[in-house]
Amino acid sequence: MEKPSASLWRKIGARYNIIGSECKTCGAKHFPPRIVCRKCGRETKMVDKKFTGNGEVVSFTKIMVPPDMFKDEAPYIVGIIALDEGPKVEGHIIDNGKAIEIGTKVRAVFRTMYVDGDEGPIYYHYKFEPV
Amino acid sequence: MTMRDVAVVGVGLSKFGERWDSGLKELMAEAGVAALEDASITSNDVEMIFGGTMASGSFTGQEHIAALMSDQLGFKNIPAVRIENACASGGSALRLGYMAVASGIHDIVVVGGVEKMTDVPSAEAGTALGGAGDQEWELFQGITFPGLYAMMAKRHMHEYKTTEEMLAGVAVKNHANAYLNKYAQFHKKLTIEEVLNSKMVSDPLKLFDCSPISDGAAALVLAPLEVAKKYNDTPIKILASEQASDTLRLAERESLTGIKATSLAAEKAYKRAKVKANDIKLAEVHDCFTIAEIMAMEDLGFYEKGKAGKAVLDGETALNGKISINTSGGLKGCGHPVGATGVKQAVEVVWQLRGEAGNRQVNGAEIGLTHNVGGSGATAVVHIFGRSN
Amino acid sequence: MSGIVGYGAHVPIYRIKVEEIAKVWGEDANAIKAGLNLKEKSVPGRDENAATIAVEAARRAVFHSGIDVKKLGAVYVGSESHPYAVKPTATVVIESIMASNNIMAADLEFACKAGTAGVQISMGLVDSGMIEYGMGIGTDTSQGRPGDALEYTASAGGAAFIIGREKKEIIANIIKTVSYTSDTPDFWRREGAAFPTHSGRFTGEPGYFRHTTNATKLLFENTGLKPADFAYAVFHQPNGKFPVMVAKQLGFSDAQIAPGLLTPLIGNTYSGASMLGLAATLDISKPGDKIMVTSFGSGAGSDSFAIEVTDNIDSKRSRITGVRKLMETNKKYVDYATYLKDKDFIKGR
Repeated sequence: MEKPSASLWRKIGARYNIIGSECKTCGAKHFPPRIVCRKCGRETKMVDKKFTGNGEVVSFTKIMVPPDMFKDEAPYIVGIIALDEGPKVEGHIIDNGKAIEIGTKVRAVFRTMYVDGDEGPIYYHYKFEPV
Repeated sequence: MTMRDVAVVGVGLSKFGERWDSGLKELMAEAGVAALEDASITSNDVEMIFGGTMASGSFTGQEHIAALMSDQLGFKNIPAVRIENACASGGSALRLGYMAVASGIHDIVVVGGVEKMTDVPSAEAGTALGGAGDQEWELFQGITFPGLYAMMAKRHMHEYKTTEEMLAGVAVKNHANAYLNKYAQFHKKLTIEEVLNSKMVSDPLKLFDCSPISDGAAALVLAPLEVAKKYNDTPIKILASEQASDTLRLAERESLTGIKATSLAAEKAYKRAKVKANDIKLAEVHDCFTIAEIMAMEDLGFYEKGKAGKAVLDGETALNGKISINTSGGLKGCGHPVGATGVKQAVEVVWQLRGEAGNRQVNGAEIGLTHNVGGSGATAVVHIFGRSN
Repeated sequence: MSGIVGYGAHVPIYRIKVEEIAKVWGEDANAIKAGLNLKEKSVPGRDENAATIAVEAARRAVFHSGIDVKKLGAVYVGSESHPYAVKPTATVVIESIMASNNIMAADLEFACKAGTAGVQISMGLVDSGMIEYGMGIGTDTSQGRPGDALEYTASAGGAAFIIGREKKEIIANIIKTVSYTSDTPDFWRREGAAFPTHSGRFTGEPGYFRHTTNATKLLFENTGLKPADFAYAVFHQPNGKFPVMVAKQLGFSDAQIAPGLLTPLIGNTYSGASMLGLAATLDISKPGDKIMVTSFGSGAGSDSFAIEVTDNIDSKRSRITGVRKLMETNKKYVDYATYLKDKDFIKGR
């Protein structure tokens, strides 16, 4: 087992359902969720915010040389997605045959991110696919 | 608040590269002893040491690096503190050393930087370096450092028509400079074609767009400027030592085409040093990837946004060009033992300002700048140095 | 009386053609295609498993139903390829659809009919008043041993059905469900075994045909309905041939089973098969249409359902992604080597 399973479980709402946070003081929306708003600091009043998972590709790249954990997954495409609600978020972009370019509209899907060998846990995550 | 002026009175470097012969201790000793000799001081004279290293634990299992440096260099039970600020550990260590002397708390301070990276397989080294980003969101999703800089490059190409040839131009120039530096990891000149034809790592970045995995160490001796001549005929004054931070996650930054922490640190540094960006004719910038040098040229104010790539191809940043960038060979050509890099940059600038850079000497170098970045830009450290006479 | 208030499906975008598999084993692709009435099968992506398929289907079902997901009282996931031997698939589903934690959840296994068993359990809980809504899911990334006949058919997909009792929400009433079950060793996979084993032709007559036929006849007896009363019929479809044969034997026409016959295009999605067939049939059915569904799970058993579509189906139609559309969108063909890699069949990694 390479990673403690608690570290996934702790962020399951964000990883499965793109639940981030919204600062009621300034209205800024955040994903992944955070406790302290970057704008408001100590004045933050944070509540949960569910994002649709729809957005647009800001940039992307195909990883050809992966870290050990992802050696069987390469090559894979990752990108930075500007969610419709504002925040920018990193994630995998599934190659579903449609062109992936800067500006491509994507939606969130549910996939495995990482399977820890034959005996470790399976980590599930949002990924994006072009629409 | 009164601050003392601070000078670099001694510099030392280990040979950078795949140092199969040396571990952490040997690398520290190689650079440290050279710096003490350069400053004509003994181990007994040092009052405090700041040691920069990023991931010695992951690379070698060894933590507690600053005390180890003090131990290995024969310092006498002095305070020793490790600084970890990802790839900006060295630059950050220098800034703390500067603060310790400037404040009057210490007179003679050693700043060391070291990384021993080749004792683990390169995929494992890559994972350790990934810790400089957001472990929970970037690394967890298999987004590597080349991946992060590749996304910056792709966006830069999209917004400013930067080309892969321009990126390659940085590697070619830095390898040409490294060819003249006996401490450098690579002594092999590259052509644009060789860079373009190298193996794709994370598009558009190819193998020769990436700095290597390296072993190496660097050390500086700092002293108050008023007594600096005691130690060295040509003390080099630290005109500014500034630093800024930003979000750890690349995605959360305002822009992907520049590093805001660099601009902020540079702005403060120019103000402190009372110089302008175009006064700088010599700079060691953080070219962990070729795109990083192009962004640094723009963020440091040497070039307008989007204009740096062309300047590289036009040779403006080559040795004794309009501005000599990365005369050491940079991270790309000289090597990038992460924790040592920020300190090594200062070593190179000191050599240049003293006029000791040999066949890669920049003519009439009076002011030099170093720029050290941590992660994908969550930390940036900028130092400006000048001849004191 | 309980009925379907929403449904959703998922089929991976990847396909492998019979020709691509046949050429590796030196077999005659045309003979196989004719024998199995199948031209290609769906293949899960490297990052898909029975749980991710269940989640995609469940999310679509929740959206289609329009219900408050916090009122969902039970989720049952039927599969023979649950990603874990111990640790439920159902928990991944409830968390990823943001259901309440005050929910009953469990995984089911009954070869290819575990999903319809989940629907039956949900019906019981809804009808008894224990819960407001229940969800039954059939999902699989089924395993076919390389070189085995099943390699041509074992595919991936799934469907989720939400059962409720509010008349205004129900798109299709479930008039009746019956089951026929016996202990028949036609096909199995032992604990820890990577691939299932089957007893060749024994899977046919004593397995598939005996159970589907008996369950369907039992449904006729219990409801007084006959084949002509149904607009459509769906049978479990381990290949493209068996469902056609059993339909004919029972008195259904090719036209009645056509909308729900998906195996010729995507292979046998195991626990997903009869449920995907039902979903595809609901996609095109009109208020008043009656649909007969008979699943089959080796081991062995069949669940039969008599379903009647209500007027509500039209008002929710805009919220559904049709199964056929899902099957055709973004389809990507993989070669055999990629298929092996994605299924983690390459030794030494």
